[in-house]
Amino acid sequence: MSQRYEKTFADLKKKGEGAFIPFVMLGDPDTRESEAIIETLIESGADALELGIPFSDPVADGPVIQTSANRALEKGATPDGCLDILARIRKKYEDIPAGLLVYANLVVGKGAESFYKRAAEAGVDSVLVADVPTLMAPPFVRYAQNAGIDPVFIVPPNASDEKLREVAALTKGYTYFLGRAGVTGADQEMKVPLSSKIALLKEAGAPPVVVGFGISRPEHVRASLKAGADGAISGSATVAIIAAHAGDPGKMGKMHEELAAFVKLMKSATRI
Amino acid sequence: MCDSKMCDSKMFNSEMFNSEMFDSDVKITQGALGRFGEFGGMFVPEILVPTLLALDKAFEEARGDPAFVAEFEGLLKEYAGRETPLYRCRNLTSGTKATIYLKREDLLHGGAHKTNQVIGQALLARRMGKTRLIAETGAGQHGVATALAGALFKMETRVYMGSKDMERQAPNVFRMRLMGTEVVPVETGSRGLKDAINEALRDWAASYENTHYLLGTVAGPHPFPTIVREFQRVIGREAKRQILEAEGRLPDAVFACVGGGSNAMGIFADFIDEPAVKLIGVEPAGHGLHTEKHGATIEKGRPGILHGSYSYVLQDENGQIRESHSISAGLDYPGVGAQHSHLHSIGRAQYIGITDQEALDAFTRLSREEGIIPALESSHALAQALKHAQDAAAPQIYIVNLSGRGDKDIEQVMPYIGGARS
Repeated sequence: MSQRYEKTFADLKKKGEGAFIPFVMLGDPDTRESEAIIETLIESGADALELGIPFSDPVADGPVIQTSANRALEKGATPDGCLDILARIRKKYEDIPAGLLVYANLVVGKGAESFYKRAAEAGVDSVLVADVPTLMAPPFVRYAQNAGIDPVFIVPPNASDEKLREVAALTKGYTYFLGRAGVTGADQEMKVPLSSKIALLKEAGAPPVVVGFGISRPEHVRASLKAGADGAISGSATVAIIAAHAGDPGKMGKMHEELAAFVKLMKSATRI
Repeated sequence: MCDSKMCDSKMFNSEMFNSEMFDSDVKITQGALGRFGEFGGMFVPEILVPTLLALDKAFEEARGDPAFVAEFEGLLKEYAGRETPLYRCRNLTSGTKATIYLKREDLLHGGAHKTNQVIGQALLARRMGKTRLIAETGAGQHGVATALAGALFKMETRVYMGSKDMERQAPNVFRMRLMGTEVVPVETGSRGLKDAINEALRDWAASYENTHYLLGTVAGPHPFPTIVREFQRVIGREAKRQILEAEGRLPDAVFACVGGGSNAMGIFADFIDEPAVKLIGVEPAGHGLHTEKHGATIEKGRPGILHGSYSYVLQDENGQIRESHSISAGLDYPGVGAQHSHLHSIGRAQYIGITDQEALDAFTRLSREEGIIPALESSHALAQALKHAQDAAAPQIYIVNLSGRGDKDIEQVMPYIGGARS
C-alpha cells in the first residue's frame, strides 16, 4: 500500500485542515485537456484526487457525470488511455493521493487481477468500485491488496451500526461517506451526516472519513467537517465547470480559471 | 436450480479473507448471494443492498405463507385468466414429422407472460409496505403489466421506457397511460431497454424507502433472477402437465425466446431436471450474427457485470457495454439472466440466434396457418422450432412458449410485410 493517504491526512491534521478532493472524469473533454485539468486542480490546492474512468452505463451517476463519461467516450477514451493520463500526472506529482472511482465491468473487463496491477503501475492509490458493495467485496479486496492498492468502500446514509463496523474494517486509505441517497449530482444538496455515525466509524478504526454526493458549496464542506469528517469530495460541481466550456477550444483558458477558483474556494472552507 | 435448498445463499464471512481458497483466478462471484454456478450475485451500489436483502427475505417468507400463495394463485386464475391453453397446431407443421404445441401466454390478461410475475411482485411490494412501483420496459409488455398491477393495487406507478422504444411501441405507451401510469421517456445511451433499467436503478437509489422496483426479467441483482423465475414457473408447470395429458409423454424440446429471459426461465424451470427434454433459448440475431446489429448475448457476448449481476454481456474489448439490436424491442438487450448463462455453461440449454427476417416470416406464417398473431419476440422461438421441425427425421413433439400476442407489433410490422398477400 502507498502511504500517500496516511501522510496527507496526517499533515492536514497537523495544520488543522480538512481535505478537499475534487472528482473529474479521466479523458473529459479529451486526453490532453484532461491532463491539464488535473494539473490545475492540484496547483489550486486539491489535497487528493478522485478520478473516474468513463463507463457506458454508470448507474450510480446523475446526468452531469453521465454526460462527462459520454464526452470522454466519444473522444475515444479507454481504461488504458485513462491510466496513461494518470501515470503522466504521477511523474510530476509524486505525493498527491489519487483514487479511482470505477464500475465493476471495467475492472473485470480484461480480468480484475490485471486491472489492479495496471492501476498500481500508473500510480493509483485506491480504487472504489461503485457497484461492488461489501457483500461482493472479497475477490476485489484480494486483487486490490495483491496489487498494493487500497480498496475503498462506501458508507450509505442508511447504514446500520453493523454496516458501519463492516465498512470500517474493509475500507482502506479513506472511508467514503455518502452525503445523501440517490445518484451523484449537485442539484440535490448533501444532508449533514450524523456525527454519531462518523464517531462510530472512527471508534471502529475506519481510515479518514470523506463525505461525497451533493457537495457543491463551501458550506457543504464546512458542515461535513463539523460533523467530524476529515474531508469532502465534490464531483458534479467540478465537472459542471468542464461541461460549461467543453466543445469550445476558445474557452479552455476560462475553464481553467473557473476550476482554479472553485478549488481555492472549496479548499478555503476546509480551514476551520 | 436456485431453489432455496440448492442455491448457495451463504454470505461472505470474514474468514474467507484469509482463506487459502483464494488463488489468482478466483471467481468474481465466489461465495456471493444468488449464484448460478459462477454467474449472478448482487453488484449494486451499497445503498441498495439493504433493500435487496429485505426483498429476498420478504420473498422467502411469502412463498412459505399459504395466504400469500392463495392470493397469488387466485389472482392468476380470476384476474389474469390462468391456466393458459396448450394448443396443438393443426396446420403449421404439415409435411414434417414434428408436432408443435403452443403454450398460449399470449392469451393471458395483458397480452403476455409478464402479468404472472408482476402480480407476484406487486403482492410482495404491498406486503413490504411499499406504496409506489417503478419499472423499466422494452416492448412495453412489462410496462403494461406493471401498469395494470398499479391500477389493481392502487399504487403510484412510473415506467421508464427508452424513447426509441416509445416510438416503435406507441400502443403500449397509450395502454400504460390509460391505466394511470406515468411513462417517462429515457433519452440516454441507446434509448432502449438497457437505458430504461439504468434510469429505474437511479430512481430506486433515492426512493427505495417507499418504492418497489418491479424488475421485469430474470436479469438484475439477486434476488430478482430467483423471484421472477419462481413467479413465472407456473408456465412450465402447466405445460408439463398439459403435454402429459395430451401426449402421454414429455416433449422432445421446449423453445422460448430470450431477451432477459423470463418467459424462457418460466417454461424451462420445471423441465431442467428432465434431461431428455432439450431446452432451446432463441436469441435475436437481428441482421445476422456476422454483423454488429444483433442482441445475441450468449452467442456473441462474454461474461461481465451489467445491471447487478455477473452474466453474459455484449461488450467491447474494454468492457464498455455495446448497443444491441433487434426488430423486437423486448429482446433488444445486451445482457441476459444469470441462470441462462449458467445453463449455457453447463450445456443444459442451447442458445441459437434467429434473425429479424426469420422472425417476421414466422410471425406471418403463424397468422396465416393457425389464425394466431404472435408477438415478434415469441416469433423468434417459433421460427427456431419450425427449423427443427423441418429437419426432424423421426416424430418429434415440441413446445413453443408463445409468450405474447402480436397486436402491439402490427404497426411496426406493416412496412416489412405490406398488406401481406391478398
